[in-house]
Amino acid sequence: MDHTVIIGNGISGITTARHLRKLDTNARITVISAESEYFFSRTALMYVYMGHMRFKDVQPYEDWFWEKNRIDLVNAYVDSIDFQKKKLHFSHGKDLSYDKLVLAIGSKSNKFGWKGQDLEGVQGLYSKQDLDLLEKNTDPYGSAQRVKRAVIVGGGLIGIELAEMLMSRGIPVTFLVRESLFWSNVLPEKESRLVTRHMVEHGVDLRLESELDEIIPDAAGRVKAVRTKAGEIIECELVGLTAGVSPNIDFLKDSELATDKGILVDAFMRTDQQDVFAIGDCAQFKEAIGERRPIEQVWYTGRMMGETLAHTLSGDERKYQPGHWFNSAKFFDIEYQTYGWVFAKEKEGEKHFYWEHADGKICMRFNYKKDSGLFIGLNVFGIRLRHEVLDRWLNEGRDLDHVISHLPDANFDPEFYKTYEQEINTAYEAHSGKKMKLQKRSLKRIFGL
Amino acid sequence: MSTDKDASLSLADPHPVGMNSGQKMGLTLGILGVGILFLALFGVVREQAIFLWLSLISMLSGGVVFGRSAYLESPEGIKNTGIWFDGLSARGVIGWSFGIILTSFYVLLYWYPAILGLGVEGAPNTGLVALFDPLSMWIKGSPASQWFVYGTLYTVAILSLGIKFLLKYRHNRYQKIRTIVVMLSQFILAYFIPEILEGMNSEVAYFDKDMKNMWPLNYDFFDGWHLDAMTHSGNYGMFFLVLGIFMFLVFTPIITYFVGKRWYCSWICGCGGLAETAGDNFRHLSSKKLSAWKLERWLIHTVMILVFLMTAATLYGYFAGTSEIFGLDIYTYFKKPYGFLIGSMFSGVIGVGFYPLLGNRVWCRFGCPLAGYMGIIQRFKSRFRITTNGGQCISCGNCSTYCEQGIDVRAYAQKGQNIVRASCVGCGICSAVCPRGVLKLENGPEEGRISDNPIIIGNDGVKLRF
Repeated sequence: MDHTVIIGNGISGITTARHLRKLDTNARITVISAESEYFFSRTALMYVYMGHMRFKDVQPYEDWFWEKNRIDLVNAYVDSIDFQKKKLHFSHGKDLSYDKLVLAIGSKSNKFGWKGQDLEGVQGLYSKQDLDLLEKNTDPYGSAQRVKRAVIVGGGLIGIELAEMLMSRGIPVTFLVRESLFWSNVLPEKESRLVTRHMVEHGVDLRLESELDEIIPDAAGRVKAVRTKAGEIIECELVGLTAGVSPNIDFLKDSELATDKGILVDAFMRTDQQDVFAIGDCAQFKEAIGERRPIEQVWYTGRMMGETLAHTLSGDERKYQPGHWFNSAKFFDIEYQTYGWVFAKEKEGEKHFYWEHADGKICMRFNYKKDSGLFIGLNVFGIRLRHEVLDRWLNEGRDLDHVISHLPDANFDPEFYKTYEQEINTAYEAHSGKKMKLQKRSLKRIFGL
Repeated sequence: MSTDKDASLSLADPHPVGMNSGQKMGLTLGILGVGILFLALFGVVREQAIFLWLSLISMLSGGVVFGRSAYLESPEGIKNTGIWFDGLSARGVIGWSFGIILTSFYVLLYWYPAILGLGVEGAPNTGLVALFDPLSMWIKGSPASQWFVYGTLYTVAILSLGIKFLLKYRHNRYQKIRTIVVMLSQFILAYFIPEILEGMNSEVAYFDKDMKNMWPLNYDFFDGWHLDAMTHSGNYGMFFLVLGIFMFLVFTPIITYFVGKRWYCSWICGCGGLAETAGDNFRHLSSKKLSAWKLERWLIHTVMILVFLMTAATLYGYFAGTSEIFGLDIYTYFKKPYGFLIGSMFSGVIGVGFYPLLGNRVWCRFGCPLAGYMGIIQRFKSRFRITTNGGQCISCGNCSTYCEQGIDVRAYAQKGQNIVRASCVGCGICSAVCPRGVLKLENGPEEGRISDNPIIIGNDGVKLRF
């Protein structure tokens, strides 16, 4: 009976364990984590801080689940790995042998060597420990003297989440974004401006093209201000460093395991070591798949890698073959979904069609091939779309005319919501010079009957 | 769990952001309105119409003023910040106190109405009941009963906190339309029309004139006195008799087939109306444990069997002209225990009194035989489902947390499965609180409605079915 050991109990590791158990009733499965006793949803940590949920509510399975499914949970920290002897060394001194090893060790917050980045009151937001630390840093002098201002450095998803969190506790936030637009490596300008407006509406003090120079301590070694590259001093008692994350592989850097930014893996998620695999945030594909990045730090891709690897571990070797790209997020009150590929700037041979509602909170951007009209992908803000329908259109190679005229089929907003398909059709007619006919929503088409 | 900062049961907000002045004013108005009721109960305030109106208007406006200040001063969106830090909504001292007061009120209402001031054996009302005499006289020309007081307060709670709910969910048209319908349903169908009809037909015997309150939720419907009252009241009574049977036998199954039981439970029903409005602050307190689901299935179906047995015995007695069945007295062994244990204790005392402790749908989830009946239809023969949006779930848990029926919505959503559950009342809050647009309540073809072995979209390597 093979002993599969999984390091990391995030979505990647836990998905591997669950699916392996489904595929192989006999496998011996151990999951190791130093972060938390049980699996929790990392993306939901913000809701714990904001009081929407308790920590136990962000744990997707009841505590008895693991024993019932014979998944052994070990709460310990792995210091080092002996790949030759197939053995893990824990920080508490004990060892554990494995037959197959899965590294699902996630990320850590980026720190770019800023002066003062390790001061008290300065932190990232990734782990359960970060959340606990944020709780402490919210009220370092007791709740009667809550911090008066926080500065967030780095304009991406975690940054805006942290801003929402802190403001829910009444802490004013100054948000430093180095680029001229928020999340500009992913979002085109208009979407980025839409999010920016909404942030300002919520009272975020947003500073675009503003770069951190130094974090300044007080006499006790706690942050008291930051200085920007422009020389401005902003007084604050809490600094959030949210300039992205990178693979959490420091403890493996000196081992014989081949790494670059992440742990190098092939299409089967095999590392260069016998019977050792890496998945999720920490894995770096030697050959990127399609337009995907070699390191994918996304909930969904971690889950899919876990599903795939479980098959391989059960003896049914499978390549990681993700389908059409999709992702989602929520910026304060505005939901965002994306299906297929839309890049911040139009690529060669591609063209965008953009529509925005007059209220400035709802928009859609379609990306298509200039010559054939082939639909490549879309961004949507403030409207929910049906994954299954979008995936089908991408599979069927539909052109944008088809997508636009069948948009009601893709709508996934709650019943009675106002729809915008007619308005989008009209805008598309102006954009394309074509005469369009909007199709009525069809249950037959939606459910593929 | 040692680092779970809410392990304190949130006896106090560890980090109070504090209420703004408008919220404080709304709360003050509410307390003033309820305070007058207490003063009346203890005889400090006499039955003068001015005090009643002052109380009702204070309570009504309190919810509106509070809601405006709490929700309108920030952009529209989900307003669940601090729910688990708040003493009222997170089983803190305020929550427990509120639960005890509510429970006590129900105990007095059902078994000690004289303490509330109901005049016994022809004596005039005093105290709280007397406070409502002017309104009762105005509407139907007779003094108030404890049930008139209850009905009025119940309606005021739904209206006042319904408006608060509307302000909270002002971005969500499903919630707005549903809430307006449930408010009007209570005010018109359950309160105004029955009381007016009662006043206009005071010469005939009393029977229930709330058209939507059907058997078996209204377990008295087939009681001898109730049947007699309807059959002896001409066409007017026969209308209610025929309607009641038609609603249960024909209307309910058909509508439930097309849209699920939500048309009743969260759109029309009075119990549901109170739960969705006044109970909104407590929806997250329902237990999501598997063990709670097991208990739910045992309890609700047991109550269904009991109401069926009780009604069958009653009807047998009525038509056979006897008071016994199998040598057992029908009143003592069937009607009385059902009315006491289920009708009063379960649906009233526990169902509403325990809102701040067990959540706002205890009765609807564990007890209501009508919900159980529609649940069976919804589970096995209906077009209603909550569709899971492909692979977009991030397992965050907002849907499960805010499901008042204690359905572990996430357990389905994270597997890409649709949610088809007997207990779902279709309130739509899971869909509203989902941060990734994963859940949609909808009516669609029965084919493929239940997906037991789903493929999560987006992963081409490991499709479970080809």
